[in-house]
Amino acid sequence: MTSATDVLLWGVLPYVSFVLLVAGTVWRARRDRASWSARPTGLAEARLLRWGSPLFHYGMLAVVLGHVAGLAVPASWTAAAGVTDHAYHLAATWLGTVAAAATIVGLVILLYRRATVPRVRTATTRGDVVMLVLLVTSVVVGTWATVQLQLVDGGYDYRTTVSPWFRGLWLLQPDPSLMHGVPFVLGLHVVAALVLFALWPFTRLVHAFVAPVPYVARPYVVYRSRGGAA
Amino acid sequence: MAQMAMVMHLDRCIGCHTCSVACKQVQSTAEGLEYAWFNNVETRPGRGYPHAWDEREATGAGWVRASSGTLRPRGGGRLASLAQIFAAPGTPVLAAYDDPVAEALRSRVAGPAPETMGGARGPEPVRSPAPRDSVADDAVLAHLSEHVTADLAETFSFYLPRLCEHCLNPACVAACPSGAMYKRVEDGIVLVDQHVCRGWARCVPACPYKKVYLNPVTGKATKCTLCVERIEAGEPTLCSDTCVGRLRYIGLVLYDADKVEAAAAVADPHDLLDAQRDVILDPNDPDVVAAAERSGIPEEWVMAAQWSPIWQLVSRFRVALPLHPEYRTLPMVWYVPPLSPVVDVVAATGADGEDFATLAAAFEQLAGPVDYLAEMFAAGAREPVTEVLRRLAAVRAVTAGSSGSSGSSGAGASGAGASGAASPGPTTSARPARGRRGGPDPAVARAVGLDPGELTELHQLLTKADYADRNVIPEAYAASAQALAELGCSLDEDGGPGMGAAAPPGAGPAVVAPAGGGPAAGGPAGDGPAAGTVEATRGGRFNLLGWTGRGRPHQLFPAPAPSPARPASPSHPPSHPPSPK
Ligand code: HEM
Ligand code: SF4
Ligand code: SF4
Repeated sequence: MTSATDVLLWGVLPYVSFVLLVAGTVWRARRDRASWSARPTGLAEARLLRWGSPLFHYGMLAVVLGHVAGLAVPASWTAAAGVTDHAYHLAATWLGTVAAAATIVGLVILLYRRATVPRVRTATTRGDVVMLVLLVTSVVVGTWATVQLQLVDGGYDYRTTVSPWFRGLWLLQPDPSLMHGVPFVLGLHVVAALVLFALWPFTRLVHAFVAPVPYVARPYVVYRSRGGAA
Repeated sequence: MAQMAMVMHLDRCIGCHTCSVACKQVQSTAEGLEYAWFNNVETRPGRGYPHAWDEREATGAGWVRASSGTLRPRGGGRLASLAQIFAAPGTPVLAAYDDPVAEALRSRVAGPAPETMGGARGPEPVRSPAPRDSVADDAVLAHLSEHVTADLAETFSFYLPRLCEHCLNPACVAACPSGAMYKRVEDGIVLVDQHVCRGWARCVPACPYKKVYLNPVTGKATKCTLCVERIEAGEPTLCSDTCVGRLRYIGLVLYDADKVEAAAAVADPHDLLDAQRDVILDPNDPDVVAAAERSGIPEEWVMAAQWSPIWQLVSRFRVALPLHPEYRTLPMVWYVPPLSPVVDVVAATGADGEDFATLAAAFEQLAGPVDYLAEMFAAGAREPVTEVLRRLAAVRAVTAGSSGSSGSSGAGASGAGASGAASPGPTTSARPARGRRGGPDPAVARAVGLDPGELTELHQLLTKADYADRNVIPEAYAASAQALAELGCSLDEDGGPGMGAAAPPGAGPAVVAPAGGGPAAGGPAGDGPAAGTVEATRGGRFNLLGWTGRGRPHQLFPAPAPSPARPASPSHPPSHPPSPK
């Protein structure tokens, strides 16, 4: 049933990706804080950024939340909470579509901007290009998978295949057979995302890990002592 | 707490950009910072750098006072600010910073295009940096009437050197979501921790002076550090050290950290200037000295504060004003507004611009220049500006030696506010008699609320101040843990201005106890620090570096001994003898 490819893709790759993500982030935090930045480009161009970036980011944050809900929460829990399968699918599909649309529109604006505004283009590193290719692949293939499987083909229950597999990974009981036979587009989406995670710490995406949440509870003005005691 | 501050005497600026170049060559040479001038000099009225930086509403800069009386960053409170984090609105684009000179010259030198400009190839320049075509873009002029605008554009101009204001209530720090920006406890210098900055770029629009610069290559914010490593060594900043006009003064002021927030939040913008002055404490007040010592500020620092030219110009003589106090950041680079361009406007009417009484009367009537300066340095209030201009005119009269006769014009000048009694007309014919040789005319001094001795001192400080007079900078110290703990308390209180050390609340006294208001309105407080006081309070040590030349400190001139006691710093000897009192 499970081929060597299956084991490699669904048994090994996730762990390689995870180790790289964690180790790379630790390495970056220790050795290279000086470049840990969102690398803002508002100085070069403001109008497109003002639309593209919030659309993309708000869309993306919703997508991330959606993935957490879909992958981490077992179907039995939502059922216990009284959410019918049908209601769940309807909500997931439509909320997901809105989030995906915002993400994609935002991403298109940002990519157009990156390609056409000379100063943004020149400020683009090779790391940015690799990251953007993987990000675009994950987003586009993921959206395609959703549209294809849920809207056109009439529904695919990933909560019996991908989700248990994903939770198995965390419980150190990887079961590649669950992923055997998942539709190709969905598999491609997962692989692209895993590769993106592996490279995450080495790209500007690290900025997502330092989202300035503590700011909400901080006094406005920060004082520090020269002696570093504060 | 103590704050390193600067005063610039604008009449003396010749617009040579030496300061900017000295700063540029050392502080902002990094790739990506081609566009950044931590120190810039702009012609006003003019477009400014970056363009229309003082158009604060448009850029969400500084603080606003909510109807509840509390302050909130104009760009939005914490949550509102985070909601906008993905595209920091209000960040000026590169073109607003004027295309760097290399770009402007490209077509003329016909060389290869510079490859890097903020990490990118730049476009052809569309505007020249010359002031001529930029007057119409002046953000301050937009507040004044059209008629005034046209007049001003014709006749009035001065140079305004600008750097980070190292504000007491810094909007940049408040807007930084990562906590990378901070104000130093010891000297108030505002810095960016490059290892903590994450490039969220919220600080750039938040600073009303537009003095935070993003480096697009590193993705981090950078700014003027007040040449922190030089200041720590007791040296003035590069811009100050190289200034051709010798118009920059650097020194300490002691301030009451607990008063900062209230001062920044007074309801009427016209009261902001006085509120800001009130935050600054009198360093000769024994209570202030005691409180400073309790909070761990070393003796040398208190002495430096007592000899500070900043305190003299800001609080004692009240001739230095903050730039745009209405932004409510309590900026700590102060300006002695320029008298010369105002005199030029008066002289253009045919009146005698060198005559004190004529000038004093003209300030009351002159719309354009005084209004412009008021918009710039006093949130639109005319009185503080005319008060300063009158003192500057008195100083000018001392220099000219023609300080008005004690007859008719003197009476006009000393009358309450010279309210139109001496119109520019009649006084021009009778050139007043010269004042007492070497001393100012007492009538003129009285007319500006000073005694002749004080006017002499002010004249000395504004026109003949030497290196050691202009720069009174003590070497660095680091606040002790205990002092910090106390400080932390005072700052961390509910509604306190900020975050300090993590200390249990409720214990320990305030940093610097309030000392019962600032300098009395109208008249500056008594004499400057007398050498005797210093001797008494400072355990007999004498700081030559901070000696302004007044008095006869016995350490320096021991009565019986023929040679001076060991000088603290032989390289900066005071240049002028003690002035006779
Ligand atoms: C939740 C916290 C996050 C915050 C506060 C944040 C903030 C930012 C900011 C300020 C920029 C710079 C915009 C500019 O001036 O060019 C940026 C760029 C970017 N972010 Fe985020 N981000 C977050 C999460 C994420 C996540 C989860 C992703 C992707 C999965 C992401 C992907 C990107 C990308 C691809 C860019 C570059 C856009 C371009 O091509 O110009 N961000 N982010
Ligand atoms: S002038 Fe300096 S300290 Fe004040 S808000 Fe701007 S960057 Fe901050
Ligand atoms: S060096 Fe001095 S005189 Fe020259 S522009 Fe700068 S501030 Fe003005």
